[in-house]
Amino acid sequence: MLLDVRDLRVEFRTREGVVRAVNGVSYSVAEGETLAVLGESGSGKSVTAQAVMGILDSPPARVTGGRVLFQGTDLLRLGEEDRRRVRGERMAMIFQDALSSLNPVLPVGYQLGEMFRVHRRASRKEARERAVELMDRVRIPAAGARAGDYPHQFSGGMRQRIMIAMALALEPELIIADEPTTALDVTVQAQVMDLLKDLQREFGMGLILITHDLGVVADVADKIAVMYAGRIVENAPVADLYKRPAHPYTRGLLDSIPRLDRKGRELRAISGLPPNLLRIPPGCPFHPRCPQVRDVCRVDPPPPLYEVTYAGRDAEAVRAAELMPDDPSALGRASACHFWKETVGE
Amino acid sequence: MSEVLLEVRDLVKHFPLTQGVLVRRRVGAVQAVDGVSFRLREGETLGVVGESGCGKSTVAKLLMHLERPTEGKILYKGEDIAGLSGRALKSVRRNIQMVFQDPYTSLNPRMTVGDIVGEPFDIHPEVAPKGDRRRRVRELLDVVGLNPEYINRYPHQFSGGQRQRIGIARGLALRPEVIIADEPVSALDVSVQAQVVNLMERLQDEFGLAYLFIAHDLSVVRHISDRIAVMYLGRIVETGTDREIYEHPTHPYTQALLSAVPVPDPSATRERERIILTGDVPSPADPPSGCRFRTRCWKAQELCTRVDPPLAVPVVFAKASGPAAHESACHFAAEEPSATAV
Repeated sequence: MLLDVRDLRVEFRTREGVVRAVNGVSYSVAEGETLAVLGESGSGKSVTAQAVMGILDSPPARVTGGRVLFQGTDLLRLGEEDRRRVRGERMAMIFQDALSSLNPVLPVGYQLGEMFRVHRRASRKEARERAVELMDRVRIPAAGARAGDYPHQFSGGMRQRIMIAMALALEPELIIADEPTTALDVTVQAQVMDLLKDLQREFGMGLILITHDLGVVADVADKIAVMYAGRIVENAPVADLYKRPAHPYTRGLLDSIPRLDRKGRELRAISGLPPNLLRIPPGCPFHPRCPQVRDVCRVDPPPPLYEVTYAGRDAEAVRAAELMPDDPSALGRASACHFWKETVGE
Repeated sequence: MSEVLLEVRDLVKHFPLTQGVLVRRRVGAVQAVDGVSFRLREGETLGVVGESGCGKSTVAKLLMHLERPTEGKILYKGEDIAGLSGRALKSVRRNIQMVFQDPYTSLNPRMTVGDIVGEPFDIHPEVAPKGDRRRRVRELLDVVGLNPEYINRYPHQFSGGQRQRIGIARGLALRPEVIIADEPVSALDVSVQAQVVNLMERLQDEFGLAYLFIAHDLSVVRHISDRIAVMYLGRIVETGTDREIYEHPTHPYTQALLSAVPVPDPSATRERERIILTGDVPSPADPPSGCRFRTRCWKAQELCTRVDPPLAVPVVFAKASGPAAHESACHFAAEEPSATAV
C-alpha cells in the first residue's frame, strides 16, 4: 500500500472552543489508484489532506492521533527535515486556486525550475530546460516561448496546468489534488481532468482527488470515501456508490442533484444544515438531518464503519446489476449507518 | 401566450480600453455583450448558460440598469428603459429585482436581517407604510423559510444557504414581476443548493414571477428553466426550449458544453463520447472574425472566418417542425448523436 491513513484526528483550538475537524479518518491508496474524497465544506476532507502532506497551520491545528503510513513509514513521527524531503519529492499537492498558489512576481518557468534547483541542485540553465519540458508535458502550447511569462499572463486552465506540472516535477509517487477543477469552466475542466488522468496512467502515481462534485468523481475515481463532520461515512468502489448508496447522507447527495426524470418536480433536498464542528451532535453526526433516524442514532457512540455485504440478497440479481465481483470479500464497502441494510436495500 | 415582460433587442455593451495618462486615447474595446436579443414572458424562466467571460453577468447588469448599454434596446412591457432616469427609472426598477451570487458579500454585515430585507421599502415607501414594515419583513422571512424571530440577527449568524434566503427575501420585498438571479446557487453546497432551487420554484408558482436564471451549472439550469439561451463570447449562439437545447443541440459549442459536463453516473461516463475542446475562450477585446467560436470548432471552414452566422433556425431544419428546428448561430448546424443530455 502506497499510503495508509489510520484513525487520523485533527483539532483546531480557537477562542470559541475546540473545533473537531477530523475525527478518526482511515483511508488508503495503492500505486496507480485514484481515491476520491467527497464532502461538502467543513466535512474535513481538505484538513485530512493537509495533515497527510504535513502543511497544517499549527497552531491552531493539532494532529491529536492516528498514523499516516507512507510506504510503511509513519510520517507523523518524522522530523521536519525528513518530512520536507518526502513532500515535493515523493508526494505533491495541487490546489484549487492556481493564481494564489503561484508567485505573481516570478516567471512561471523560474518557479517550475526552482523544484530542480532546490531538490536536485540543478544549474539555472538545466532547471530552465526541465521547466520547459514539463510545460510541454502538460500540453501548454509554445512552452519554450511562454516559460518567461508571469502567472497573470496565463488563463485559468493554463495556470492549473502549471500547478500540475509543478506537482509532477520530481515524479512523486502520490499526488493529492484538492478541488483541482472547481475554479475552471466546464470545457476547460474536462481538458484538465483528462490531462491529470493521462499523466497518472503514464507515471503510475497514486491520486487522491478531493472534491464536492459527484460528476467529476464518477469520471475518474476507482473508489470513493464520503466524508461528513470529520468522519468517513461511506467507503465504496465507484460504480457501487452511485448505484446503491449505503448511507443516507450519500443517498441524499445523489438525490439532490437535478435529474432529467424529476424535471418540474421538487428536488429531494437534504433538510437542515451541516453541523457546527464546535458542537457535533452526539451519536451519528448526520442524525438531525436523516430521514431514517431512530433513537439509537441519537446516542453515543457514533456508528462504526460496518462492512457492507450483499448477504441475504439474491446473488444472481446482484451480479447482474454489476455490483458484486465473484469474490464477495473484495467489495471493500463500508457504511457508518446502523441501518445500512435498509438504505442499500431500498 | 402570456405577456412579454422584458424584451432585449440587439443589446451591445463595449467597455472602452484606454491608454495614456493625460490624454486618454481609446485603443479598443472589450466586447462584453455584442448583439443579444431575447424575450422573457410572465411567469416563465429563461436560463442563460455560458462560461466565464461570455457576457452573461453583463447582461444581468444591463437589465438592472447598473450599466448603460452601448447600443440596443431593453423594453419593459414595451417601453424602452435603457434611457430612463429619475422617477421613471425608479418605478421600473421596483418590478425588476436581483438575487446575487455570493451571499457573503451581497449582504451588509453591519445591518440586521430586518433592515436588509426592509431596505427596499425605504426607497419605495409607497409599497409598505412605515408602521407596517416589521410585519411585512417577518412575513417575507417566513415565505423564504427563515424563522421570523431572526429579524434582529446579523448576516454572520447565518449559513450560506440561509443568507441566500435572506437575499431572496430582499428581492421579493417589492413584489417584483421579474427576478434576475445571477448564479444564485453556485456558492452553495450541493445539499443546500437543492433547498434553494426548490424555494425559487415554489416562489415562482406562488407569486407568478418571471426568472432570468444565469448559471454555469447545466443540470440546475435544465431543472428550473422553460427556455434556455447559450452564450459564447458576448453572443447567444443557440436558444430554444429545455428539451430542444439539451436533447437536440445543433450548435457545436452547445454540444461540446453538454458533453463536457461530468455526469454523476459512472456507467453513463463509460458509454458516452466526449467532445473535448482545445484551447481557451479568445479575448473579448479581440474576438475572431466571422463566427466567434470558429477558433475552437472542429467543423470550422473557410466560410466561418468570413461570414458571421446569424442566430436563426438553420435552413436544413426549417421545413421540419421537429425539436432540432430552433435558433442556432452556425453555418453547419447539425444534430450530433454523441452529445448527450445532462
